[in-house]
Amino acid sequence: MTIPLSSAPWRSAAGFLATLALGLVILFGAPRTLDTFGLVQWTGFAALAMFGLSQGFIWGFAGVMSFGQAAFLGLGGYAYAVSVINIGDSTVPVLLAIAVPMLFAAILGYFMFYGRISDAYIGVITLTVSVILFQLVNATSGSQYRIGTAELGGFNGIPAIPALNAPGFPDEPLDNEGIWYAAMGALVLVYVLLRAVLASRFGRVVVAIRENETRAQLIGYDPRLYKLLAFMIAAGVAGLAGCLYANWGGFISPTVFGLSMSAQVIIYVLVGGLGTLVGPMLGAVLIQALIIAAGSQSLLDSNLGLGLVLDGFVLLVPQGLVPVIRTLGLRLLQRRAPRPGPADGAAGLATERAR
Amino acid sequence: MSAALPPTGLGGAPLRPLIEARGVTMRFGGVTAVAGVDFTLGEVELRCLIGPNGAGKSTFFKILTGQLKPTEGRIALRDTDITGAEPHAIARLGVGIKTQVPNVFNGLSVRENVFVAAGRRKSLARTRAIVDETLTRLSLTGIADRMVGQLAHGQRQWVEIATVLAQEPELILLDEPAAGMTHEEVHRTAALIREINRTHALIVVEHDMPFIRMIAKTVTVFNQGRILVEDSVDAVLADRRVRDVYLGKQAG
Amino acid sequence: MDLAGLIAFNVLTGIATLVLITLGLGVIYGMMRIINLAHGEFMMLGAYTAVTASGAGVNIWVAMLILPPLVVGAIGLVLERTVIRFLYGRMMDTMLATWGVSLGLIGLVTTLYGNVVRGVSTPVGSIDIGRYGASLYSLVIMATALGALAAMFGLLRFTKFGLILRATMQNPRMAAALGVQPNRIYMATFALGAALAGLAGGVLAPISGVSPAMGAAYIARAFITVLGGGPAIVTGTGLASGLFGTINELVSFKTTPVIGDVALLVAAILLIRVLPQGITGRYLRRSL
Repeated sequence: MTIPLSSAPWRSAAGFLATLALGLVILFGAPRTLDTFGLVQWTGFAALAMFGLSQGFIWGFAGVMSFGQAAFLGLGGYAYAVSVINIGDSTVPVLLAIAVPMLFAAILGYFMFYGRISDAYIGVITLTVSVILFQLVNATSGSQYRIGTAELGGFNGIPAIPALNAPGFPDEPLDNEGIWYAAMGALVLVYVLLRAVLASRFGRVVVAIRENETRAQLIGYDPRLYKLLAFMIAAGVAGLAGCLYANWGGFISPTVFGLSMSAQVIIYVLVGGLGTLVGPMLGAVLIQALIIAAGSQSLLDSNLGLGLVLDGFVLLVPQGLVPVIRTLGLRLLQRRAPRPGPADGAAGLATERAR
Repeated sequence: MSAALPPTGLGGAPLRPLIEARGVTMRFGGVTAVAGVDFTLGEVELRCLIGPNGAGKSTFFKILTGQLKPTEGRIALRDTDITGAEPHAIARLGVGIKTQVPNVFNGLSVRENVFVAAGRRKSLARTRAIVDETLTRLSLTGIADRMVGQLAHGQRQWVEIATVLAQEPELILLDEPAAGMTHEEVHRTAALIREINRTHALIVVEHDMPFIRMIAKTVTVFNQGRILVEDSVDAVLADRRVRDVYLGKQAG
Repeated sequence: MDLAGLIAFNVLTGIATLVLITLGLGVIYGMMRIINLAHGEFMMLGAYTAVTASGAGVNIWVAMLILPPLVVGAIGLVLERTVIRFLYGRMMDTMLATWGVSLGLIGLVTTLYGNVVRGVSTPVGSIDIGRYGASLYSLVIMATALGALAAMFGLLRFTKFGLILRATMQNPRMAAALGVQPNRIYMATFALGAALAGLAGGVLAPISGVSPAMGAAYIARAFITVLGGGPAIVTGTGLASGLFGTINELVSFKTTPVIGDVALLVAAILLIRVLPQGITGRYLRRSL
């Protein structure tokens, strides 16, 4: 997969401000224009868009082929559900939803990155981990599988998860509108934070390692550590997405760990654009809208559509929508013969990454 | 052959070695790429490594920088044993290398390349100062915002040299710095190396003999993984064995 | 004593099952260095072939052992020509494309057959190991696994095609310079890998619920085994299956099959920390 050369994010402050403005407009505009059903639907979009951010960050910027981000989504969701049932107040559970996946990522990442395994192996191991977590949680039916007062419920999942509340007021859970503000507000915040991370020196080194791991090492950076930290950040973001996902329906089941969840988030990033943060959010909304539309007519299975979209983009639009639109926009602005594009550098990069 | 000239500094006084390799051997399966090499380099010394292709020079560089772990032997940088240390750890001790095939961040701009190299554990202001100084020194200011992946081969070589300088190493390894450069660029490179050598130690691998004459004082000749001879540049270039090695390579 | 015999029998069955479900994946990985994420779905197609054929009155052995590899091999060939071949040299894209194929096949089979579980009855009975009864069908699995492994070894070791395969595996450019077309070889490899997955699906159909998503139940174990084994197809698959099959069966026996899979994963992650390229990436490099 070719990551666009112009992906260095700190260069496009305009894009950042535009995205931030759009995010704020949606945050405050949606409750005024949508009915309750629509608002709840958009809360789900926001949760999955954050899941997309997680994948977009680790894959597009750190160049780590994590094919099992669903593992962290699920861990976050379950960590929230189990702890909020036990504790009542949602403040600590939200923090746990971020911390538990990060800790898990630290352990898994240590073995992967410090073992110096190949990209293909990282893809397969992360994917396998999520599949096995799915099987593990799926097999926890019965009242003997409980953590504190929370029954894990096996394939039935955990129903009636208490919603978020303002810190210190566990008896006043947020209503649908409140959860919308929490979810969408968190999405905007995480987007800003990730942009800040990428603009920081740490972020530049992460991108530099994606570009040339050997050179980064010879300059004195330890790629294993930077990849591990990026992996943990992405896991924390996915975990928070899982927390919002659990709040969205007040319910969570092992399918959050499932293969199709990992596949979907890969598709969000691929459709939206690898090496961007806006792309994965946009991709999440597009694909989810598509799945909902497909669900309303039962002629075709949604997996078939997802498979076609995935292969279609890999074969025909490998750079994703946002970079394509960006390039078209720049050409329109310039109105001149385009400069010799990044094509040959990109081709070199592609072959380099293919190894 | 390890009877190196006593390393001398600016004042001509003998100094303790900056880098000292003892009995370094590297085997790949049945092939011995480097065989029992003893090598010493003093502070602020400039050394040229020559030898036919496959003599083990680049492999030796990879061992010095930690990209390869030697099968046998020890390497010390001043008082630190760096045998088998990770490349990043060796880099942090002050060793920088320009590799034979340009190793740069293709997807970043020239300035960003240098910034990442300069910025490890330094304040932002200090980093920016190093970046500006390095870009000016290597005449890269004009292309500072171009993507490195879009530059010509020669320019990417300069970018790589810039990243090495920006990391402010004490020992600089240059693997074929003049390869693919124009006549004028070769002269610039030689002048730059002499300038760097006023304050830094360098080891330079090169095939270009006129270039060697421009920069070298002491030359170490590698052949078949061993050190064939180590002497002053004039003595080495007049040495019959050295000519045989190169002629042998040309004939074969 | 009887119990030990039963456990040994189960361990052997577990190893044989791993060999069967991994071999097709190992062929594609060993040759092309990509992990075929549609592997589980190729197995699923093999199982559906067996179910459909036996339902149509075809002899059960033909339906299980002959038709699935042929049908799935042909499907693999078509997919390689229409999708995969455009992506060679781009490892990540190739893997993503196989993932797309995986989703597409699940969706297609769900659309055609519905999301229901089907089955084929086991064609043989059971045997007694002392006081315990064990399925005779395990012997069929063992025989098929051994046969498939031996056939792959023979193919690589003794045929001209095998020689070309090995040459391409060692050095694609050199092989191309000698007049071999790597693309042809990759095409044949992909079809062969698909056929082996089809065989696994066909043989395992009687002892597993056949449904569109059944592949997911096997891929975790297959992936782990390939990673642990490394690039050598026959030796890697054999050794890793032996190691992981034993771990999996013993832990499963003590606890549950799910914990057995977890143990498998943990063992694999520990193994690749020590041997990042699998057993045959470090040792026995020249093996097949």
